Amino acid sequence: MSLPGILDRSLTDLCRALEEREVSSEEITVASLARIEATDGRLHAFLRVAPERAVAEARASDARRARGEPRSRLDGVPIALKDIFLTKGLETTCGSRILEGFVPPFDATVVERLSAAGAVLLGKLNMDEFAMGSSNENSAFGPCRNPWDLERTPGGSSGGSAASVAARQVFGAFGTDTGGSIRQPASLCGVVGVKPTYGRVSRYGVIAFASSLDQVGPIARTVPDAAALLGAVAGHDPRDQTSSTLPVPDYLAGLEGGARGLRIGVPREWLQGGSEAGVERRVREALAAYEAMGATLVDVELPHSKYGVAAYYLVAPAEASSNLARYDGVRFGLRAPARTLGDMYGETRDRGFGAEPKRRIMLGTYALSAGYYDAYYLRAQKVRTLVRRDFDRAFERCDLVAGPVSPTVAFRLGEKVADPLQMYLADVFTISCNLAALPGLSVPAGLHPESGLPIGLQLVGRPFDESTLLRAARALEREMGPAPAPGAIG
Amino acid sequence: MALSPDEVRRIAALAKLRLSPEEETRLAGELSAILDYVRQLEELDVSGVEPMTHALAAGETPFREDAALPCLPPEEALANAPARAGTCFQVPRIIE
Repeated sequence: MSLPGILDRSLTDLCRALEEREVSSEEITVASLARIEATDGRLHAFLRVAPERAVAEARASDARRARGEPRSRLDGVPIALKDIFLTKGLETTCGSRILEGFVPPFDATVVERLSAAGAVLLGKLNMDEFAMGSSNENSAFGPCRNPWDLERTPGGSSGGSAASVAARQVFGAFGTDTGGSIRQPASLCGVVGVKPTYGRVSRYGVIAFASSLDQVGPIARTVPDAAALLGAVAGHDPRDQTSSTLPVPDYLAGLEGGARGLRIGVPREWLQGGSEAGVERRVREALAAYEAMGATLVDVELPHSKYGVAAYYLVAPAEASSNLARYDGVRFGLRAPARTLGDMYGETRDRGFGAEPKRRIMLGTYALSAGYYDAYYLRAQKVRTLVRRDFDRAFERCDLVAGPVSPTVAFRLGEKVADPLQMYLADVFTISCNLAALPGLSVPAGLHPESGLPIGLQLVGRPFDESTLLRAARALEREMGPAPAPGAIG
Repeated sequence: MALSPDEVRRIAALAKLRLSPEEETRLAGELSAILDYVRQLEELDVSGVEPMTHALAAGETPFREDAALPCLPPEEALANAPARAGTCFQVPRIIE
């Protein structure tokens, strides 16, 4: 296998090449670093590249291979992480000025598990500040751009993760998804993004945004790649109180099982003109492809999904206002000089937080404040129950539901920044999956007929049934053929 | 529903945020628009509906044993401190 052509190959292919010693981890790591060097000035997917550390890890991986002791199939594979995962000894900012210079004293469980599998960490990826946003424009360190069109956003909040994987800088990445933050950027960048069931992947050492919704997941160029990455990190962690003890299946085992016999629910509410025409057309074509492959389409109803955005924008800010209370200048991160403790808190938080975290802290504080709790937060929690019941009812008649991920293709930088509510509505199809704590993913479903920008199909499944989602996504991927590469960065 | 500037200041004080007058004005408008949007939840009859306070079924997330486990050594815990005094985080004087 030739360098740098190998950068275009899948993570799965790279694992095979490493195993057969066609390429060394050091060679592929150096090639990936060179690719980042050549492209990231324009893309800005990375907040921090760690070349020395990466090359040292790669050499250690090659030494293990030489001894015949690889840690896993992923040993030596270059990956990168959204800058929300704590990495011991490597600065972690969560896209915020308030954490600039913060060097974590420990690793997130996900980081520990990837390290135990031998993966090589190239660096930390750009994101909306505290994962709040749908365009990566809320990053305090400047936006990431979409490798399909540099004037457009990659989506968010895991925009750097999706853009980097799409641009062939890394073979896979991890992001987090609170209301669509893995699936929407994956859709807008033409890659695969998986949000597992709440509780499937540990949140220990993942900077918290909305604790009852946050979930970690992989972004990769193919479904088998994503399945391999998910398998490496999933499973119980005693350090995360909401981590499930259910056993983790082998996500690669049934992956090639095809779509025959699957009952795919098509929620009426997700396909009634809420998306631009090109998106709806590709989604309908994907559904037709499933039918041709032997799946059955079933009409289902999710009558409360239209209330999802409203419920989300009470639950998520309420939890965020509580989680972000820890950034007070006392123990880590930014501290503004001040004469009194009260002034220190106020000045630190004023200087450290950008507009979106402030907006959400204000909204959440209001929704939780005396006299408003029942009307806002409690009511929103009850609506979550209704959203979940809709899915439970649908899953009596189907194995998964399918629809669009994003109502539009990648939008232009600046297009939605002036109107927070319009930005929030970018997540209209992804939010109910988080509210219901279900697994969901985005898989490429072709390009927009006019703009040529990528469009993702969303699949949402039963709790802890990631396997069925991955199998269905793989069937579509095989049917569509290799997903095209973005052309804007060469 | 429009939030008054006074109310915005009251919430900012609760949240320990110091806002400029321009931020106060902008946030009053933005928060009012968002609250108007979320008001659509009032259309729903939620009487008798249990709030979803846990995402997982009971029993899926067991309690751990109540045993002391190792934690960060003081030097590592203090490594990011903006100011320290001995093994303590130092802050501006609280009591005059």
